[in-house]
Amino acid sequence: MAGTETPMTDTEAAMALHREPHGGLVVALRATLKRDLLLLLRRRSEVLNPLVFFALVITLFPIGISPDPELLATIAPGLLWVAALLAALLSLDTLFRGDYDDGSLEQLLLTPQPLAALGLAKVAVHWLLTGLPLALMAPVLGIMLSLPAGSYGVLALSLALGTASLSLIGAIGAALTVGLARGGVLLSLLVLPLYIPVLIFGAGAVQAAILGDGVAAHLAILGALLAVTLMFAPWAIAASLRISING
Amino acid sequence: MPLRLEARELACERDDRWLFEDLDLDIRAGEIVRVEGPNGSGKTTLLKILSGQLTDYRGELFWNGMPMRRARGDFLASLLYLGHAPGIKAALTPLENLAWYQALAGETGDERARLVALEGVGLAGFEDVPTGQLSAGQQRRVALARLDLTPRPLWVLDEPFTAIDRDGVVALEARLVAHARAGGCVLVTTHHELRATDELTRIRLGRGGDDGRH
Repeated sequence: MAGTETPMTDTEAAMALHREPHGGLVVALRATLKRDLLLLLRRRSEVLNPLVFFALVITLFPIGISPDPELLATIAPGLLWVAALLAALLSLDTLFRGDYDDGSLEQLLLTPQPLAALGLAKVAVHWLLTGLPLALMAPVLGIMLSLPAGSYGVLALSLALGTASLSLIGAIGAALTVGLARGGVLLSLLVLPLYIPVLIFGAGAVQAAILGDGVAAHLAILGALLAVTLMFAPWAIAASLRISING
Repeated sequence: MPLRLEARELACERDDRWLFEDLDLDIRAGEIVRVEGPNGSGKTTLLKILSGQLTDYRGELFWNGMPMRRARGDFLASLLYLGHAPGIKAALTPLENLAWYQALAGETGDERARLVALEGVGLAGFEDVPTGQLSAGQQRRVALARLDLTPRPLWVLDEPFTAIDRDGVVALEARLVAHARAGGCVLVTTHHELRATDELTRIRLGRGGDDGRH
């Protein structure tokens, strides 16, 4: 707005006005991915908090229950899965809140691009910096709980698949509660019941690996759950965001 | 390119109180429409309804003669909305913020255009400073740089003059008039007194039943 701006002639200005946006969803998606990654990497605490929480919760169990390796080994799959699930849930509240507070969410809703796709990009970044690190970290914590050897790979794989579903389902809840001042608790109440199927088959896969059964069936069901949420969640997220902005 | 935003018998109720009723609007190319009214009279709500963000209203909206429901894609491709919150990420630099907005519009854009736009709003030299470290007025200017960067015919601006210094206000006002003269259309709320020009029309909200144009 400084005095440096050169006055446009009327024809030039009219030309400029008529420049149609040459719709590039790919461009918009890539930019959203890049922006969200950059934002999270600049606020590292938000990436590290769920990981630290995960490690701390797992540390509490040997202290609270018993350091007996045999006992711990039997309950380890469930413990690891529940703790990872809660850690993922913890980070969901901030998924859309920053954008809601500074007005970017309004802008996101007013782009000519499909909101479902842009929402999916945001969830993808969330999984990449929360779900995936949790999955990679789980085997290390598995050692602490004396998880039997041979099940580490399945643990990481089941968590990687499962947390993707968790991020997608949780994003629906985050989108619904983003307009509320204290949406955190409500978010957990909304989302936790929906996490149960993922938990059953995720922990089940690790248990099966320990017992030496085939894990393919469990992992296939986790994959199927992911496919289904991938199909429906983006639309639900978009609709929920619209409801939140309307409120 | 036609440019016409119409509202018929628009009414909106909030907390058992009618913000406005039977509001008829016909906004065309070349106009600056200023929405006036005291605090809480529904200016922001009206802008949000007209920009397609709120749906709980009565009445009908038309874009270029088509019902808004069917013309939404076309409408959004012509709209640039700057809300009360500037929509600028504090952790990103002005350049990164603008790059995202350009990409949202579907354009890759180039760095040079973004630099020129930032220079146009008096932010030369601040391109790579995290926006959170800039003043409120400078942050608002980053948002205003989008006006030049993403050419759209319809501008809906909610209090664009907030926190802008005097020279900036004069330049922005001139920018609005230039946009209207070039065949664009501006819908604006502000407590700042706009210079009377041929393009300027007013809508008054609030104070009982005297809604409508003056």
